[in-house]
Amino acid sequence: MRANLQWLVILTVIALAAQGLTQVLPPYFGQLLILACINAILAVSLNLVNGLSGQFSLGQAGFMAVGAYTAASLNVFGLGFLHGTPLGDQAALLLSLLAAAIASGFVGYLVGLPTLRLRGDYLAIVTLGFGEIIRVIILNIQAVGGARGFISIPNSTSAFLVVFLLSAFVLLTHRFVMASQGRALLAIRENEIAAEAMGVDTTTYKVGAFVVSSAVAGVAGGLFAHYLSYINPSSFDFMKSVEIVIMVVLGGMGSVSGAILAAFILTFLPEALRPLQDWTHVDLRMVIYSFLLIVMMLVRPQGMLGRREIWELFKPRSPQ
Amino acid sequence: MLNHSEQRKSVLEAENITLSFGGLVAVDRFSMVLREGELAGLIGPNGAGKTTVFNMLSAIYRPQSGDVRVMDHSILGLKPHQVLRRGLVRTFQNIRLFKDLTVEKNIQVAFHHANPYGFAAALVHTDHYFDIEKHYAERTEELMNVLELGHRRGALAGALPYGDQKKLEIARALATGAKILLLDEPAAGMNPQESLWLMRMIEKVRDQFKLSVLLIEHDMKVVMGICEKIYVMDHGVRIAEGTPQQIQKDPRVIEAYLGMRNKK
Amino acid sequence: MEGFLQLLLNGTALGSIYALIALGYTMVYGILRLINFAHGDIVMVGAYAGLFTALAVNGPAHPDLFHFFIVLLAAMAVSALLGLFIERFAYRPLRNFPRLNLLITAVGVSLLLENLGQVVFGATPRVFPDIMPSMNWFQFGQVAITNQQVTVFGTSLFLMVVLEWIVLKTKLGRAMRAVSYSHEIASLVGIPTDKIISFTFAVGSALAAAAGILVCISYPKVDPLMGVMIGLKAFVAAVLGGIGSIRGAVVGGFLMGIAESMVVGYGSSTYRDALAFAILILILLFKPAGLFGKYQPEKV
Repeated sequence: MRANLQWLVILTVIALAAQGLTQVLPPYFGQLLILACINAILAVSLNLVNGLSGQFSLGQAGFMAVGAYTAASLNVFGLGFLHGTPLGDQAALLLSLLAAAIASGFVGYLVGLPTLRLRGDYLAIVTLGFGEIIRVIILNIQAVGGARGFISIPNSTSAFLVVFLLSAFVLLTHRFVMASQGRALLAIRENEIAAEAMGVDTTTYKVGAFVVSSAVAGVAGGLFAHYLSYINPSSFDFMKSVEIVIMVVLGGMGSVSGAILAAFILTFLPEALRPLQDWTHVDLRMVIYSFLLIVMMLVRPQGMLGRREIWELFKPRSPQ
Repeated sequence: MLNHSEQRKSVLEAENITLSFGGLVAVDRFSMVLREGELAGLIGPNGAGKTTVFNMLSAIYRPQSGDVRVMDHSILGLKPHQVLRRGLVRTFQNIRLFKDLTVEKNIQVAFHHANPYGFAAALVHTDHYFDIEKHYAERTEELMNVLELGHRRGALAGALPYGDQKKLEIARALATGAKILLLDEPAAGMNPQESLWLMRMIEKVRDQFKLSVLLIEHDMKVVMGICEKIYVMDHGVRIAEGTPQQIQKDPRVIEAYLGMRNKK
Repeated sequence: MEGFLQLLLNGTALGSIYALIALGYTMVYGILRLINFAHGDIVMVGAYAGLFTALAVNGPAHPDLFHFFIVLLAAMAVSALLGLFIERFAYRPLRNFPRLNLLITAVGVSLLLENLGQVVFGATPRVFPDIMPSMNWFQFGQVAITNQQVTVFGTSLFLMVVLEWIVLKTKLGRAMRAVSYSHEIASLVGIPTDKIISFTFAVGSALAAAAGILVCISYPKVDPLMGVMIGLKAFVAAVLGGIGSIRGAVVGGFLMGIAESMVVGYGSSTYRDALAFAILILILLFKPAGLFGKYQPEKV
């Protein structure tokens, strides 16, 4: 238990360092850093479903949208009385993020139910469909701005909070994987029938993975909304879902650190490619993205790290 | 001798179970009883319906009629993981290991159904969590030793040689703590020496863990040595039951086996 | 009643286009167990190929069937080649990998075609040359049948009959069915599976291109993202009919087209795209094998 306190200190130090870094760096890089960390949270959340439970979801942006809109609505329409003081603003943000997690988790439960019957490509298509339906519904809710978008959300997301939550999610995911519950989930990925025969309640675990994954994506959405103070449904379209999938695949499905690494690369790469765009006068970024994805699948189908974590790369390989 | 065994408590019963796939009757009114501590065999030519019987006994398939009872309670409508909680576990003919997990983790998955610590305890690493995990590590070690897998502990299950994969499946089944063990062709693909070793091993764990074992084989010779009771199936029907001596003399069994050989 | 008949008519014409595209999905799925995400984008490439051919032969100046067929055949040829190329270089190397990798690659190919399209052709939509000016052929009261609808329906029906003939009556078709049953067994009896798979992709892509041209005759607008929605709806049609089943794809296509036409006619066009997803989710939840598909549980 004492280790928890140590970890709390470590996470706080990392988050403070990130906060300091954003103060020192030019605002542009600070912004990229925060967006990269939000993307990393999304990648970590999707990794639970696509990497650890062996299902395939293509609708993560939909859960992110539910979280973003829930958090923004609660904060703008319900928690105005807390605003004004820095402490009040942060309290309102935390409450909104909690609401985002609950709302997204609930929607994740509704979407997770079909996972009991479907697998592989079918599941991918259904989650894609749900993601799009969520977006269309939001598009038609005028109270949150519809197609015009939701404006003047308090911009209370700090680098400290984003990095703290990201590190916490990584730590918790790692602990989960090492525990009995994590082994049960991995067993489902490896062989569902055998997992069931060995006593794993596969139904509960598969839906559970969906719920937790959606809840975390919802938190990322809430952070996103409170960072940009403006969201609109097109921020959460199919392309966003694909982007998150690419992060998980590129990093190596099942590897948390790989997903984070990929999230950073994919956030910074388009910016690094900007000079190319100035030079050629066409936006080649998405072309390069998609080309990379195909090449990656062809030459290194297991992703950059496979199922290993960065810290495992330096350990000697176990005897086979 | 026989009378004595009939008095033991029955732990697993199948009563007239029937299953057909699209008009083809795979198993037709099959009945059997497995008694406590017994080592029984289910034999028959390929395609006789043995694995389908196993799938019904372990609730992977639901019989269209008839009943399956584990410890006197019907398991119809239960899921396989619930049947495990009633004390029945099985292995698979076409090995189903968790290929990308290590030997140790493969075994530890089987502890999960009775895992005493909760989700929150796992995340905040309570003392209870560490105690249980330590206990798991010790039991894993024991089981690896029983099955002579100790030197493979860190290897990925999918990378093991075939024989070791078969052993790991048994180790994993034992790890569940279930007292009724169904083994689907445990010796398939093994040479005669290995099968002999395996059969001795099965006898040994039966005594050590106080198990009741039902195993499928299609090679008669393998089971004759160790089984107290044998059920013979052909074309989805039970054609004989009895002690090895009775089975060997049974004309229907001889016909099923010889008939098959003649066709070849 | 007349309004209903008109909607039914429009829906049937639209549905025949969906059916053509759905056939490509279903054939590729049948033979590789792959949802070819890039299939909708092959429709788009076909439409562009048709557009440039029509401009090259000065189509609008010759609004006759001969020029229509030139445009149609050119588009089919270009897409067939593209289909062959994609199969050979993106899908074939992954055939023995987990299907998830194949699926991700297909998503990648789809994105690549869409974005390359935006770079090469520009993101702004282009007007498809008017190679077949609209006129009413028949008029029963309020119900009108245009020459475009007849062409769309006639062309798709003809292509479907040809496909049916290839699959059921020719040696090639028999080989296709054998490969879709099992790659190993097919290659054991001497069927060149690679060639058959390539052929399947070429045929599916050619049908997609034909669908692209037929779309453009009725809605003369071409843009790099046009294949996304059409492809998705055709995919839903294939799933509705039972993916892997050729008859299912045709029936699913018509049902989809008619349903969409009815929703637009009696409901609102904002629900046009949501309809596809709603149908998809209902089908997958209640009858995952579709109308004509066979459900195959995993063997234990």
